[in-house]
Parts: sequence; C-alpha cells; structure tokens
Amino acid sequence: METIPEQTRLHIPQPESRPGEQPDFSRIEVPHAGEAGRPDPLIDARQMPDLSRALIRVLNRENKAVGPWANGISADTLREGLKLMLTTRVYDDRLFRVQRQGKLSFYVKSTGEEAVSVAAAMALRSGDMLFPSYRQQGLFIARGHNLVDMMCHCLSNTRDAARGRQMPVMYTWKAGNIFTISGNLGTQLPQAVGWAMGAAYKNQDHIAAGWVGDGTTAEGDFHHALTFASVYQAPVILNVVNNQWAISSYQGVAGGEHATFAERGKGYGIPALRVDGNDFLAVHAATRWAAARARKLGGPTLIEHVTYRVEAHSTSDDPSGYRPMEEAQAWPLGDPIERLKAHLIEIGEWSEEQHRQMHRTIAEKMQAAYKEAETFGTLNDGPQLPRGTMFEDVFKQPLPHHIRQRAQLEEEHND
Amino acid sequence: MTNRNMIQALNSAMDVALGQDPNTLILGEDVGYFGGVFRCTAGLQKKYGLHRVFDTPIAEGGIVAVAIGMGVAGLRPVVEIQFADYVYPAVDQIVSELARIRYRSGGEYFVPMTIRMPCGGGIRGGQTHSQSPEGIFTHVCGLKTVIPSNPYDAKGMLLSAIEDDDPVIFLEPKRLYNGPFDGDPDKPALSWTEHADGEVPDGHYTVPLGKARVVRPGQALTLITYGTLVHVALAACEASGIDAEVIDLRSLVPLDTDTIMASVQRTGRAVVAHEATRTSGFGAELVAQIQEDCFWHLEAPVERVTGWDTPYPHAFEWDYFPGQKRMIAAMRRTLEA
Repeated sequence: METIPEQTRLHIPQPESRPGEQPDFSRIEVPHAGEAGRPDPLIDARQMPDLSRALIRVLNRENKAVGPWANGISADTLREGLKLMLTTRVYDDRLFRVQRQGKLSFYVKSTGEEAVSVAAAMALRSGDMLFPSYRQQGLFIARGHNLVDMMCHCLSNTRDAARGRQMPVMYTWKAGNIFTISGNLGTQLPQAVGWAMGAAYKNQDHIAAGWVGDGTTAEGDFHHALTFASVYQAPVILNVVNNQWAISSYQGVAGGEHATFAERGKGYGIPALRVDGNDFLAVHAATRWAAARARKLGGPTLIEHVTYRVEAHSTSDDPSGYRPMEEAQAWPLGDPIERLKAHLIEIGEWSEEQHRQMHRTIAEKMQAAYKEAETFGTLNDGPQLPRGTMFEDVFKQPLPHHIRQRAQLEEEHND
Repeated sequence: MTNRNMIQALNSAMDVALGQDPNTLILGEDVGYFGGVFRCTAGLQKKYGLHRVFDTPIAEGGIVAVAIGMGVAGLRPVVEIQFADYVYPAVDQIVSELARIRYRSGGEYFVPMTIRMPCGGGIRGGQTHSQSPEGIFTHVCGLKTVIPSNPYDAKGMLLSAIEDDDPVIFLEPKRLYNGPFDGDPDKPALSWTEHADGEVPDGHYTVPLGKARVVRPGQALTLITYGTLVHVALAACEASGIDAEVIDLRSLVPLDTDTIMASVQRTGRAVVAHEATRTSGFGAELVAQIQEDCFWHLEAPVERVTGWDTPYPHAFEWDYFPGQKRMIAAMRRTLEA
C-alpha cells in the first residue's frame, strides 16, 4: 500500500476567504464607469473589441450616468425600473417569510440580482421569448405577471398554472412569453437558441434570451448553446449571471479563475460583453445592444453579468458554513436598487420621501396579493387541486394505464 | 459501535476508505469544504486534504468522465451526484463508457468507481429532486446497482462498493437519511437512535453486494422491496396483521435470486414494491424472474406496488408515493386471489 501523499501536484481551486476570515474581493477589478467603448451593434464579430475582460459600467461614483453606454434612458423608464426591482425584492422577502412559516416547501431569493432580470426584461420587446433559470423572478415581475398568480404557483394551490407539479419558483407563463422553468441546470440555454433559430426560420424579428448562473457554465448544455448559436448565428442573447457562488462552490470551481465567463464567447466567435450586473443602466444598455444585433440578424451575444448572491442559494441552504458572513457588505459593486435610487435623486428625478412612499405602496400591494393568493389554498391547507389531475398532461390524452392508475388512486382514498 | 444516522454511516464509510487507501478520493458538487448538501462528506476534506475530497464544476457528465480517467490512472474515485435526478447529463459516460470499459478492452482496463446519489421522494422535492432511476441502471450490463435501507447496511455496502473493482451505482434513499420512514408524513419523524440498524461499527466492515436480507420472516406471502419502502412494508404488515415475509433486496444487480425464490416457493404468493414509476420499473424484472423460477408454486398473480406513471408531482407527493394503503391493498388482492 502506498503512503498517503501530503503534497500533491493536483491544483484544487480555493476561494479567497472562508467563514471567520476577512472577505476579499481584490480579484474584482472595478474600472471607472464610462471607460468601456461601445461598438456598433452590427459590428463584424471578428472586428469586435474585447469587452469580455472589461466591465461595462454606466453609473459612476457620483451616481451620474456617463460614457458611451449611457444611452439617454428616460427618467420615467428609470423610475419604472426602480419600482420593478423593489417589487421583486419585496416579493422575495414576503415569500421567504411564508416559506419559514411552513406554507411553502422551498424558496429562492434573488436579492442583489434584481437589475440583471428587470433591466434585461425592460430592454427587450414583449414578443421576445425568455428562458430563465430559477433566480430571474424579476423577468416575470418586469413583464407584468400578476403577483397573485406567481404566489399561487409557489403555494402549489388551485390557481397554480403548473397545476401543483413543480416546486416553488419554477414558474410557467406562456402568455408572457416566458418558458417553463426547469430544476435541472442549463437545459434552457440551448433551448433558447433553438427558439431563436425557429424565429429566424419563420422570418420573424423576435429574439430569444436565456439565463444561467456562473456554476452552470460548466454543464455541457452551456457549450451546446454557444456552439449552435454560433453555427446558425441565432438571434439570441445568452446571459451568464455570475453571482460568485453556486451553492457552496465559488466561481473559480466553474473555471472563473483563469478566464472570465464572457471570454467563453471568444472561442465560439460570439461577441461578449462583461457588465456590472448591479448597474441597472449598464445591464439595460448591454441588453439593448445585444437585442439590436440579434434583431437585425447580426448574430448572438454572450453577456456576463457580474453580481453577487446576497442571500443563501435557497431556503435549504446555509451559507454561513462556507463563506464569510460579512461578504455581502464587502461586495464592491454595491446594491442595484440603492444605486439606481441614488442616480435618480442625483438627477433630480426622485427623493427619499418618494422612495419611502413607493416602498409602502409596494408592501401594501404585496400583502393584499398574498392574502388573495392564500384564498386559493396553500400546500397543506384550504382548497386543494383534485389529486387525480396529476395524471393529466403526461400526454395530451391520458393513456389507458393512466386512467386505470387514476381510478386506483381514487379507490385508495375511498377505502 | 456508535449510533449513527445514514448520513453519518456513509460519512464513516468514506472516512475508513480514505484512511486505508491513498488512491481513494471523493469528488462531486459541494462535497469539499462544505461537505455536501446532505452533509455526507462533512469534515473529510479537512481530515484528508484538499486533493482527496474536492468540489467539481457543475457538470455531471464531466464529473463521471474525469473519474473514469482517474480510475484508469489507478485511482479509486467515489463520485457524488448531488441528486439522482441530476445524473442524466452523465448517462452517456456511464452507459456507453463506464459500464463497458472492462468488456471492450478485453479486461485490460477497468474503472473501480462508485457513484453515490440520493434518490427517492418524501422531501417535497418535486419532479427534479425525487426520482428513483435505478431501473435505468439495472438495464445496463456492466453496472452494479445497490440501494441500502439503513445505516448499518449503508456503511457496509458503501465500503464493499468502493473496494469493488467494477463500477457501482450506489443509491441513497434520502428520506431515510435521518430516520426510518413508514410512509406516513403526518407522524412525527423518527430517528435512527432507537433503531437496531442505527448501531454502526466504527471501523472497517463490509456488507456484501448481492445478498438480500429477510427483514421480517412470514408465512402468508413474500413482499420483495428495497430502499424507503422496506420500512413502509414493515409498517404495512404491522397495520394489516398480514404475516408477510419482507425481503430487503439491498442489491438489485447482482440480485439474490436464491433468497427470493426460496421464500416465494414456500409462500406461493408474492408482491414486489418500489417507489419508481411502474412501467419498465425494476419490479417488472422481479415479476419476470419469479414467474420463470416459481410459476408452479404460485397461488396468485404477482402484484406490483409502485409509484404512478407520471413525473413526481410536488403537490401530490403523498398521492404518488406508494404508502401503506397501496401496499396493503396489493397484499390483500394477492391473498384473496
């Protein structure tokens, strides 16, 4: 038997800090806002300046919008974005509490990542098809999905569009052009490419957009998406939400130590933008750039949104076991809501008092929405979906063995 | 002996394996510093070093593929797939590669890999955290597929799997991690503390792969099952007063046909039960073998108790789960036939 080696030549990536240590984000370079150039959206991919190692930022330290990516977005639109991001945060807080009360089996918050979803949804057209992962509830809220419907899904109740079949947060909303969310990672990204190929095939100018996390870029499906998007020049935006953590694995375990996630685009000939994901204006501008490119059949774009997962991965997770508690405070790109609010105040279009009032209004609306949602039942109480419905939708029409099994289930309950 | 739950028993098995063989290593999503989302590898990285127990990228196909390469390099990889529901990106590497490397190389190469994965429902995991895919693997020749139902077996079988020179799919019924479960979600959760099979030796021991266990001797019929449903079966016998002989298969491939057939030939009646969906489930294989070997001893058709032929629905978890009622009804049909 060999002796156990104390030294090894095998490289194992390690995060900068663990619980009990000082948070360390020195690896995140924060360039000045406005530094990154903005090429024409229809630029030939081979001429594309390298923005995959840049960090596109619009809001500077004085909370002003500066540089070529500051594209004159109206104050009304910004206020709307602020409202939608705040709504997303209040929604998350509400459902998190409901989960802790035992009325939901599970929940995933998107705290700190609201701009990534909300700004992107606002930069796209309603006919564009979205393929989110499970932390983009902001897309649904920004597209105007009914909060009661969203809550009813999470409660698996009688008004759940997914008919009780999915865990909470795996929304489905066809009328809003958002695809049913999968619990498996990355599967939606090549599907978004396929949808975009379909739109091009039908000579429509709709585009598709998909979202995955930094951890998911390791899955084969991420690479399938890039390959097919490049080969068929699909009108699609491929978003990587680099929130630094995949449950307990820091972004280096997904390959972030040696290259940025945006740089993945290079080898496939896909233009890539690396964006400050907590800068609403930067996310909005980058998405508009990519959408313009895709819509005019300029081809796909890969966007890396650099952000931070402020909360646990999910209600089943406890991050105090693997990262310093103070890490969120040390995050160098700030909070997307606070930054947009400060910008609006800076340009004289908002005030603390208006913000407080808006927060109150949203909180009241949320409370009313939840109260209404509960009238349709919770996982354990109130009205329940008929159990036999679980045999529906396996196929368009149930097969004979489904009909038999459904009868057998009813018999079990009549005993 | 120490009382351990199934998580601690599995942890102890890996602790022993890492301690005895420098070529054994553990890799998987979140298994390193954090110790796994179910805590099965807690403390092992700290004890044995970064290179012995480490996190992988989220890429199940990649994890299994590199573990094959490591196995070929002479290591003995123990892989964790975070949920059995996540194994599908690795299926090509498992089915087309891992399972056939010994065969296609004429015995020159082999991969002594163990792939651990939590399976089964009962934790409100919905369709992507509840599946029981054992039937997919038992259908592939070249894989051993096993599934313990208690801490004692979990440790002994995991050590057997790790020490086995062939690939082993090691399924862990996650509903049993913290305690036995009789199928009634409304009862307070039990722990392994009071259970005889929660007594787990501290050091090395093995439970052989391919040996079933009669967990309840009986005369009226033979109830053949594995995993979580072993405990449901015992409770169903208790609740109904039916004197069934309950067999915990523990290992599906290899299958202990001697124990099954001896029992069925004596009782003349058989029920097979699993949590997985019914059509083409492992129960179908069991029924086929029983009719091949015991046809002339059978007094009644062999019954199957299974999950339904639907994905595992979040809201209807307990309507899907084959609980005591479904099991008792099947036993009664068998006895009344």
